[in-house]
Amino acid sequence: MRRLPRIIALAAAATLAAMPFAQAKDWKKVTIATEGAFMPYNGHDASGKLIGFEIDLANDLCARMKVTCEIVAQDWDGIIPGLNAGKYDAIMAGMSITPKRMEVINFSRSYTQSPTSLAVLSDSKLAALPVSRVSLDDKAATDAAIAALTPMLKGKIVGAQVSTIQADMLKTYFSGVAELRTYKTSEEHDLDLTAGRVDAVLDSSSYLIAAIAKPGGEKMKMVGPLFTGGLLGKGTGVGLRKADTELQAMFDKAIAEAMADGSMKKLAIQWFKTDVTPAN
Amino acid sequence: MDFDFLSDTMGKLLAGVPMTLELALISTTAGAVLAVLLAVARAAFVPAAWFVRGYVYVLRGTPLLLQIFLIYYGLGQFAWVRDTILWPFLRQPYWCAILALTINTAAYGAEIIRGGLQSVPAGAVEAGRAAGMPRLLLYRRIILPIAIRQALPAYGNEIITMVKATSLASIVTLMELSGIAYSIISETYRALEVFLCAGTIYLVITFVLTRAVAGVETWLNPHLRASRT
Repeated sequence: MRRLPRIIALAAAATLAAMPFAQAKDWKKVTIATEGAFMPYNGHDASGKLIGFEIDLANDLCARMKVTCEIVAQDWDGIIPGLNAGKYDAIMAGMSITPKRMEVINFSRSYTQSPTSLAVLSDSKLAALPVSRVSLDDKAATDAAIAALTPMLKGKIVGAQVSTIQADMLKTYFSGVAELRTYKTSEEHDLDLTAGRVDAVLDSSSYLIAAIAKPGGEKMKMVGPLFTGGLLGKGTGVGLRKADTELQAMFDKAIAEAMADGSMKKLAIQWFKTDVTPAN
Repeated sequence: MDFDFLSDTMGKLLAGVPMTLELALISTTAGAVLAVLLAVARAAFVPAAWFVRGYVYVLRGTPLLLQIFLIYYGLGQFAWVRDTILWPFLRQPYWCAILALTINTAAYGAEIIRGGLQSVPAGAVEAGRAAGMPRLLLYRRIILPIAIRQALPAYGNEIITMVKATSLASIVTLMELSGIAYSIISETYRALEVFLCAGTIYLVITFVLTRAVAGVETWLNPHLRASRT
């Protein structure tokens, strides 16, 4: 029995040695979560490999930050809790920088900006909605646009992905007018629009343009105002834990560099066919 | 612990309980009727037995999640399905979920009831026949009571499984208990508290159910009850 204390001391020492030191982290390896169901931002190819604008951009940024990166797929509806639970260090999943999300996580500077828009079937009555540009920061223009849309959407079913700025916008401006259905992925609301289960969907215009261009998407049409600002946020950025300010500075710097030397614009044109990078 | 948030969450989640119970009740009831028909058909004549075997094999062999997806997103893909009289039902996520849950539980239920039917002692059936009982009366008075008594514990399991399986209905946009839980998390990002609340509600429902099934078991097995003298 006399040997037991020594064994316990050894075990305790081993446990301590195995514990990570709680000090400022020297970032060598960064795990980035993406959704894998939101082309052209991120998706899977036929072999199950992650592809898309954000995958290429992440690899570019990681090379600039001189860290090795691992990119993992994570369901959208658990992506923020997963970050705060420490399952990965950053989110690059077409996530818009909004005040509501800023309460729980931080963001890098934005790397794309894309308005929100409705899509309907081309043979729908809603297909005649005129295209315009509306900033939700402009109260008068917003009120006018919502007033024009309200009678059109009355009693209709509108789909959006759960936990997105678009679902938030529907709840804020059209609750009581249209029935909101929320989907786990954007691809699923497209299926239901094509099947005639919902009358319209609300999503990022850059996503919708790509979805319409895909086989099976030709029956869909983007209509109505292109919304920006307000609760729709300030473009998409890298989501980071509040404590990781150092990592945020690294991402900010890398994004600024990628914007300055034109490599981000090149990637945007390659994936979106148009420049979706922010103006400054 | 933030008790204001917990009680607020509880309130919102409880609003989803009727939908959860409705899905569970309708699908287990319809599923049980279908299961009895399938089990009896399997025992009765050969061509039907092959059909039932195939049905059970396919529905037990594939995940329920996949079945819900196939019925909801799969059937909606075909233009001709959308022209049938069934489309007003299949258009709605509610009926798609009910359909998927029903045909799934019927497959498991049919197997459980088959086990019950096989446990009926041949002597009891022979005795019934010897007394001149016609086939239907034999089923009603001898075979089914014994079979159900034997099958009930396993069937209770199946009912509880179904209550929890209704949580899959949230993937076809239904706002039952889990659907509401997911939507609260998507607004608050507080997964732990919300799932704890949702789990507690499922636990209470399951507790009531297990007590009810145990009660029915005691009622159907008078010979096992301690005699009250």
